[in-house]
Amino acid sequence: MPSGKGWNGSAGRSGQPHVISLTLDEPQATAYLPPVPPRIRPVPPDDRAALPDHFTTWFAARGWTPRAHQLALLDKARAQRSALLIAPTGAGKTLAGFLPTLVELGETPTPRSLARPAGLHTLYISPLKALAVDIARNLEAPISEMGLPIKVETRTGDTPASRKQRQRRYPPDILLTTPEQLALLLSSDDAPYLFSSLKRVVLDELHALVTSKRGDLLSLGLARLWRLAPDMRMIGLSATVAEPEQLARFLVPQPDGAIAAADVVVAGGAAQPVVEMLDTRERLPWAGHSARHALNEMYELIKANKTTLVFVNTRSQAEMLFQEFWRINDDNLAIALHHGSLDVAQRRKVEDAMAAGRLRGVVCTSSLDLGVDWGDVDLVINVGAPKGCSRLMQRIGRANHRLDEASRAVLVPANRFEVLECSVAIDAIADNAQDTPPLRTGALDVLAQHVLGCACGEPFLSDELYAEVITAASYATLTRADFDDVVDFVASGGYALKTYERFARIKQDAKGRWRVANPKVRQSYRLNVGTIVEEAMLKVRLVRSRGGGKGATGAIARGGRLLGEIEEAFIEGLTLGDTFVFSGEIVRYEALAEDQVYVSRASDSDPKVPSYMGGKFPLSTYLAERVRGLLDDRTAWGVLPEQVRDWLSLQKDVSRIPARRELLVETFPRSNKHYIVCYPFEGRLAHQTLGMLLTRRLERARARPLGFVANEYALAVWGLGDMSLMVKQGRLDLAALFDPDMLGDDLEAWLDESALMKRTFRSCAIISGLIARRSTTEEKTRRQVLFSTDLVYDVLRRHQPDHMLLRAARADAATGLLDLRRLGDMLQRIEGRITHRPLDRVSPLAVPVMLEIGRESVYGEAADELLAEAAEELVKEAMG
Amino acid sequence: MRGTLCVSGMMEVAGTALRADLSGALVWDEQRLLVVSDLHLEKGSSYASRGTLLPPFDTVATLRRLATVIAHYNPRTVIALGDSFHDRDAHTRLTGDDRACIANLQVGRDWIWITGNHDPAPHGIGGEVADEITLGAVTFRHEPTGMRGEIAGHLHPKARVATRARTLERRCFVSDGACAVMPAFGAYAGGLSVRDAAFARLFPKRAFVAHVLGDTKLHSIAAARCY
Repeated sequence: MPSGKGWNGSAGRSGQPHVISLTLDEPQATAYLPPVPPRIRPVPPDDRAALPDHFTTWFAARGWTPRAHQLALLDKARAQRSALLIAPTGAGKTLAGFLPTLVELGETPTPRSLARPAGLHTLYISPLKALAVDIARNLEAPISEMGLPIKVETRTGDTPASRKQRQRRYPPDILLTTPEQLALLLSSDDAPYLFSSLKRVVLDELHALVTSKRGDLLSLGLARLWRLAPDMRMIGLSATVAEPEQLARFLVPQPDGAIAAADVVVAGGAAQPVVEMLDTRERLPWAGHSARHALNEMYELIKANKTTLVFVNTRSQAEMLFQEFWRINDDNLAIALHHGSLDVAQRRKVEDAMAAGRLRGVVCTSSLDLGVDWGDVDLVINVGAPKGCSRLMQRIGRANHRLDEASRAVLVPANRFEVLECSVAIDAIADNAQDTPPLRTGALDVLAQHVLGCACGEPFLSDELYAEVITAASYATLTRADFDDVVDFVASGGYALKTYERFARIKQDAKGRWRVANPKVRQSYRLNVGTIVEEAMLKVRLVRSRGGGKGATGAIARGGRLLGEIEEAFIEGLTLGDTFVFSGEIVRYEALAEDQVYVSRASDSDPKVPSYMGGKFPLSTYLAERVRGLLDDRTAWGVLPEQVRDWLSLQKDVSRIPARRELLVETFPRSNKHYIVCYPFEGRLAHQTLGMLLTRRLERARARPLGFVANEYALAVWGLGDMSLMVKQGRLDLAALFDPDMLGDDLEAWLDESALMKRTFRSCAIISGLIARRSTTEEKTRRQVLFSTDLVYDVLRRHQPDHMLLRAARADAATGLLDLRRLGDMLQRIEGRITHRPLDRVSPLAVPVMLEIGRESVYGEAADELLAEAAEELVKEAMG
Repeated sequence: MRGTLCVSGMMEVAGTALRADLSGALVWDEQRLLVVSDLHLEKGSSYASRGTLLPPFDTVATLRRLATVIAHYNPRTVIALGDSFHDRDAHTRLTGDDRACIANLQVGRDWIWITGNHDPAPHGIGGEVADEITLGAVTFRHEPTGMRGEIAGHLHPKARVATRARTLERRCFVSDGACAVMPAFGAYAGGLSVRDAAFARLFPKRAFVAHVLGDTKLHSIAAARCY
């Protein structure tokens, strides 16, 4: 039985907690307010916030004292105000969120039929269905112990259809659910009935919800709820974020042309975490992400603590590290593995063992960033780059359930650059700095899904729906033109060629109200709701190796044991014969047929492809800035390990240490090729895009580029032309090479063929409902009968480049896989600040990125060159 | 569809020299014959009629490429090798402009629509309709049987090639010198890997070559090199 989400923070401890309660000095959403920034002032706990007697008794019986922020939320609720609670893990956040509801519904414990009309009172929305289930379990205790007349139910994808049906007729007082289920409820005919009684919505882990398209969908759902239940108030629960006032906007309807925000309550009193960097006795690697050098030291840490969470950035890193731990696990410590691609049953087993205190260590990915808290975790080890300080802080918070005890964490950099990143992350935490991303601008593809959902319920008028949608914080700046384009898209595709009117999915009646054209459309909407687009997956089967044959594919035994599933995109980046870690083993890629990947056991001790893929998130702009600052400030190098200081000093002697705002560019020859290396520190995604565009420009400058490789910090391009000489003779102008105008025509030309852009487009096409992820009728088996979204992208880009879906994909590309916005900002920053160093050989700073060559897929080589090499083998074969 | 049109490579079927064009068309120089396969016109609207509103530009896109390659080779005869229309009613959904475009392409030359599984019946869009046609040693039909001298379509071959840097996937012609399968020409026509069992039935020993449509030229790659 999991111990559950920390119910009241420092449970059992009495005494006055140190809490600063803050509030916005501004009325909310009542009038059309001018956009003034909210002022924050401390507010002493109010008498009105006192708990009813039976609650006080209940708290006392458990030896608890209500925390100030819990009372503050009660106070807000009584004043009919929406509020955002910012609190660290262990602060009793969830109880704070539910207390107003429990008090309201339990104030007079009389039979419910007499006390008030039945109906849904509070809706709780969490990003994880497991969390909803866990909260339901936790609410049982106070409700049964105080004898409160309150009915609590969950509604997730796993809830049986019969119970869902009943919930719509006879709703519970408190319903715990997810954003997708809310969208489904809103699209039903009885939504107005179901939600008319709603008094409160509690949003859990709001900081995590709002960073993705799920947040957009939720924001649109809230806009609908505000109309259906005007008396409803919101409570948001969030970890610490960079801009709480921005996040607070999410919780109240935005007035036309102005800004409104919920009150912000900040729970204080959390002890400063103790974060250290592992001072390894081993040699620090130049490159790579495995941190294998520190394996024994990490093992000692696990041994010395009760329970340790070992966070890594990717699934395959988790696999690798788990395998390595067990190789050296002479003490038979109970070390487990937890990541998102593992079978759900497998994950639950690990979580239960963890809760029961049976595990000494868990190697995990961001799959454990959120969610149910369990057991006594006393140490967090973060392996590799922290990427962002807020993210790191949330991970570290997993180590502790008691607000006033310090969390303990050890950062283990896997290479020398990561030492710099870990070092600045520790400083950032000490400064209480936050680098959560700003509030999203709502995506048009999500809006399209919502519009279709609305048409599935009561028919709507465009004017009214537009007015409703712009009350959602994420869509407050949506133009009417964009909205109309989206409606047109939902109706008949939004194409310049108006030939699909007769196939329209939604139609206008005589009064101009839009409704679904037929029941099939509604059915299809229900099957496809949601914004999480799963990557195309392939089944991995283990077969016997055909042995050796380079590239060639002889007959391969079909069948084989099923090892699991892997992303198609990962396999596309491989070449036959490559080895990688999967399911705890090193395997060789043997063949691909339909949706099956065939692999064999490899004898290699090192996988050729680390399948690192950079993890999901790039280095945050904030940490990048601090890394550049650290490099630039020689006096700060004292904190760095000696090996790293020596490395940087050597760089200073043979080349240069880049200044904070400068771009250092080095050129040098190496074994018959010429290299150009630059250090933007803007994250791998932005560097990959830069690499694609630079290669095009170098091609035009006749530098004959051959390929490039990028990591989080640097980019290296190589070619046949002597770029040092070309710069010297004025044939290559570095200022022109890095000119921001590369984001014009060069970008456009590249977007024509970019696989990343096509992937982005595919997910927009699915979310917007252009194509179904699940179909009601057709059984699609042979790949040949499918249309490919890549082909649709090509055709649409040529015939209607400003189509709404392409605009949506472009907006995603700005921050997503292509990170265009960041690249643009960087190019602006370095304009006029490029320093070139022509060198005789590779510089110390360039070594890490140079070592990535051969480990990472090489981009940028022309398809024809590569195909020609494959064709040459045929010629050789023919010539004997 | 990318690629510069009208770059070509030579390929032999049953002793007949044929020109494989980068667009996916096949040209028999001596006969001044041009063959295209699997145009799948109005595939977009076919999906639209069933609720998936794919962009309605596929017919225009396909016809434009066809017009370019016809203008370049100026053939005396054009054979559309089946599945020219995505469904039986597809021809009724052509716009006036599309009809005019096809009529224009048919002026001054013979035009033969070979029937396919998607378009088994005549549709009255000019030209003649036939199930198959034999010219000298070569037979043109939609579904391949593996017969010597046969040129077919239907399978939409594509080659996946593992190169030094990454895996590439392109449409291709497939031939073992005795018979050939043509790539699909239609803008929305997907592909089937040449290593699929369907090809193994036609070329039992996998002794075929994939003539792969690159960006600027054709590449002849051994079947064993594809996957």
